[in-house]
Amino acid sequence: MSTPVATHERPDAPVRAEAPGCEPPENPVTKFLRTDRLPHIWCAGCGIGTSVNCFARAVDACKIPLDNISVVSGIGCTGRVAGYLRLDSFHTTHGRAIPFATGLKLANPELKVVVYSGDGDLTAIGGNHLIHAGRRNVDLTVICVNNFTYGMTGGQVAPTTPLQAVATTTPYGNLEEPFNLCHLADSAGAVYVARWTTYHVRQLQKSITKALQKHGFSFVEVLSPCPTLYGRRNRVGDGLAMERMFKERCVIKNGAATHDTAFDALASGQIPIGDFVDRDRPAFLQRYNQVMRAQLGDDFVPYGEPEIDTRAEADQFAGPEG
Amino acid sequence: MSEANTSEIRIAGFGGQGVILAGMILGKGATIFENRHATLVQSFGPEARGGSCSAQVVLSDQPIAYPYVARPRILVAMSQEAFERFAPDLAPNGLLVYEQDLVKVHDLRPDLRSFGIPATRIAEELRRRMVLNIVMVGFVAAVTGLVGVEAARKAVVDSVPKGTEHLNVTAFDKGCEYGRRLIAGGPAGEGKA
Amino acid sequence: MQADRIGVLTGVHFIDGDFAAAEGAIAAGCRFAAGYPITPSTEVVERLASRFPFVGGLFIQMEDEIASSIAIQGAVWAGAKAITVSSGPGISLMAEHIGYAAMTETPCVFVNVQRGGPSTGLPTLPGQADVMQARWGSHGDYAIIALCPNSPQEAFDLAVTAFNFAERYRSPVMLLLDECIGHMLEKVVIPPADEIEVVPRRLTEKKPGDYLPYLPGDNMVPEMVKAGMGHRFHITGLTHDERGYPVMTAAAQEKLVRRLVDKIRLASRDLALYEARWLDDAEVVVLSYGITSRVVHRAVEVARERGAKVGQLRLKTIWPFPEHLIDQLLGGRVRSIVVPELNLGQLVLEVERTTRGRAKVVPIGHAGGTVHEVGVIVEAILEAAK
Repeated sequence: MSTPVATHERPDAPVRAEAPGCEPPENPVTKFLRTDRLPHIWCAGCGIGTSVNCFARAVDACKIPLDNISVVSGIGCTGRVAGYLRLDSFHTTHGRAIPFATGLKLANPELKVVVYSGDGDLTAIGGNHLIHAGRRNVDLTVICVNNFTYGMTGGQVAPTTPLQAVATTTPYGNLEEPFNLCHLADSAGAVYVARWTTYHVRQLQKSITKALQKHGFSFVEVLSPCPTLYGRRNRVGDGLAMERMFKERCVIKNGAATHDTAFDALASGQIPIGDFVDRDRPAFLQRYNQVMRAQLGDDFVPYGEPEIDTRAEADQFAGPEG
Repeated sequence: MSEANTSEIRIAGFGGQGVILAGMILGKGATIFENRHATLVQSFGPEARGGSCSAQVVLSDQPIAYPYVARPRILVAMSQEAFERFAPDLAPNGLLVYEQDLVKVHDLRPDLRSFGIPATRIAEELRRRMVLNIVMVGFVAAVTGLVGVEAARKAVVDSVPKGTEHLNVTAFDKGCEYGRRLIAGGPAGEGKA
Repeated sequence: MQADRIGVLTGVHFIDGDFAAAEGAIAAGCRFAAGYPITPSTEVVERLASRFPFVGGLFIQMEDEIASSIAIQGAVWAGAKAITVSSGPGISLMAEHIGYAAMTETPCVFVNVQRGGPSTGLPTLPGQADVMQARWGSHGDYAIIALCPNSPQEAFDLAVTAFNFAERYRSPVMLLLDECIGHMLEKVVIPPADEIEVVPRRLTEKKPGDYLPYLPGDNMVPEMVKAGMGHRFHITGLTHDERGYPVMTAAAQEKLVRRLVDKIRLASRDLALYEARWLDDAEVVVLSYGITSRVVHRAVEVARERGAKVGQLRLKTIWPFPEHLIDQLLGGRVRSIVVPELNLGQLVLEVERTTRGRAKVVPIGHAGGTVHEVGVIVEAILEAAK
């Protein structure tokens, strides 16, 4: 099912179709990209592009019609993902990708809606939306690229920044404990929770595939290097060094209780990764339809009926009857 | 303004008595069932949830521009506080309608008329204390003629929860009947006409 | 009374402005609402929550106003007509997304049932002090449409109009009620569905590849699209070109922002809804909107009885400010314009600006919490008429 991926692929590698030399075979990811928007803004050694590569291959694996997927991003480096994907895509406001996606999904349940954003966007300014979307179990897939910092604004401390890490707003070291995002998503009620890194591309791709196929709120955390603003400042090194760190310190613990999956990215010690949570409970709309039908019987008109589209597309000003 | 066909009413009591609903029924009776006009401005918020509570109702044959009631022609008082606070504002020759077990009328201006009803007791006889506001509405309809009794009764049916129509119409009719007897100089009440 | 197939509650009702606004939204084809409880606006979403399941609509109570104000925009891009509802403090939280709707040209309706402010202010009492917030509440240059009903009937009517304007101009529209109108019950006549004009969403008929989400069409307004049509379009709050792609240049900014402002500003005459009385012989005009206009109505009657030549201009559309109406007033008899409002001078600034010294402008400020006393306005009229 999955296509082999070179583990050290750099994010920008797959899109350089015009590379000198012989004509390369069509990269399976190219069709997902707005090539007219390249080059992208991400730094050399950044992991976001790698995650996009995995995402594209996962979508391919799921055989979801591309016209049916919408990608919603917030603000930040990862927030730019929506803009590079040749899908219906929405670059929203800072922190608000999830509530935007909630409206999008509920108003057209046929869509597969993916929220693709960063740790600062989703868990600081957007943290409240994250937990409530989990609680409601809105049918969304959230891909959270966690690079331990705010990249776009120049490397400020984030809710994911390790203790003692230096950021521009914690010049003497971070004094706040970071979130364990998988534990947070699990506690909020997500039906699928996984953590991988941009080193574990094959597993990440499979995990995103599972998340996309899951009905309900799924959450995939992708640990990713930010060499420019986090790595160098904290003596973790460049992108390659950070990938090596992921390789050496990560331990796959599928099914682990998420409260046991905290880690300190800056210290030594294990970084638990894996598919942590996979369970089922009714998604928001499923429950909405059940409850309304039980309460209102035949008087209940599920969302979207009578057919809104035919009315909306009427080309004349008409009464709502038209 | 103040055309002869315009009536300004204040209904006041404490939260939970159904003050606003009482006003709403009068307004509905006038607008929907008599094709006249009505406005209702309600006190809102914490007041409507326990403390004092009041509604300003204007009924008219013509569209109403100004919905506020400074000097009402009629005051419906369902608590002592309501009486104390609003009775002095009654317009000259105004009319006080009150719940006689809850309001002790005193120092009433000589130009005012008043009609009392033991609405809570009547409601309790129906084993539903909460319908006292509907008893009151029936009474108001009978003694004031603000809204036709038929229209008000229809408005009651249209305003109360499904399944409680019979109870509420009974309450309405009891209030109405009490009022009619009072006006006819019957035994009940202490109307000082 | 039974709603008909598509939910128009045709008939005579005795309901408050909040309920009426909700019914107007339903009649206009709105089928998605998101909101967060706040006095005095909550009844609007309560009504929608109870009515929507009967008409194929969906209400979701979000975790805050920020979420509500962006969830509706997600719903719009999925094809729905959508509304969110709040009051002062909640509208402040929504401010960023009002700008997002303006920037992304997302047709949607924001209802603000104004209470006394600033901050938590007077939750259960009226104000009209969010008038400038409605115009300028989000950052950056943009234009917006704001409508101000003065009765529950008009809350219904203008809710329909708000959706129609939103679709026609691909713009957010503010429906500015105040606590009085929101909580006041009055007769509301809802006409049969086929007598209510509803502007449908103008979805593009272009083929994927041909469609540009920000290519200006008629009246500078681009055609709409929705997710799932195969266009693979991109929407961003960043300054963007006709494809919707971010472009970080002054030239792109000039082109986009100027169009966003002009498409509303230049449509001012078409958007201007108002009511005028006794202007023919007026030397003094009282300009008002919302609940204040009903106090003015009484005051003008009293002042005329006392011999003042006074007329009344009531704005239903306050943004874009109908400058041409002020121009039409002036140049004849009118010497003074009296502007009472439940704030300490907001819309009067526009009146002063557009009057440009051609008449005396008399503000009658009021900090809110109740309406003006009739006598205060009468006195101002008589003084101005001297």
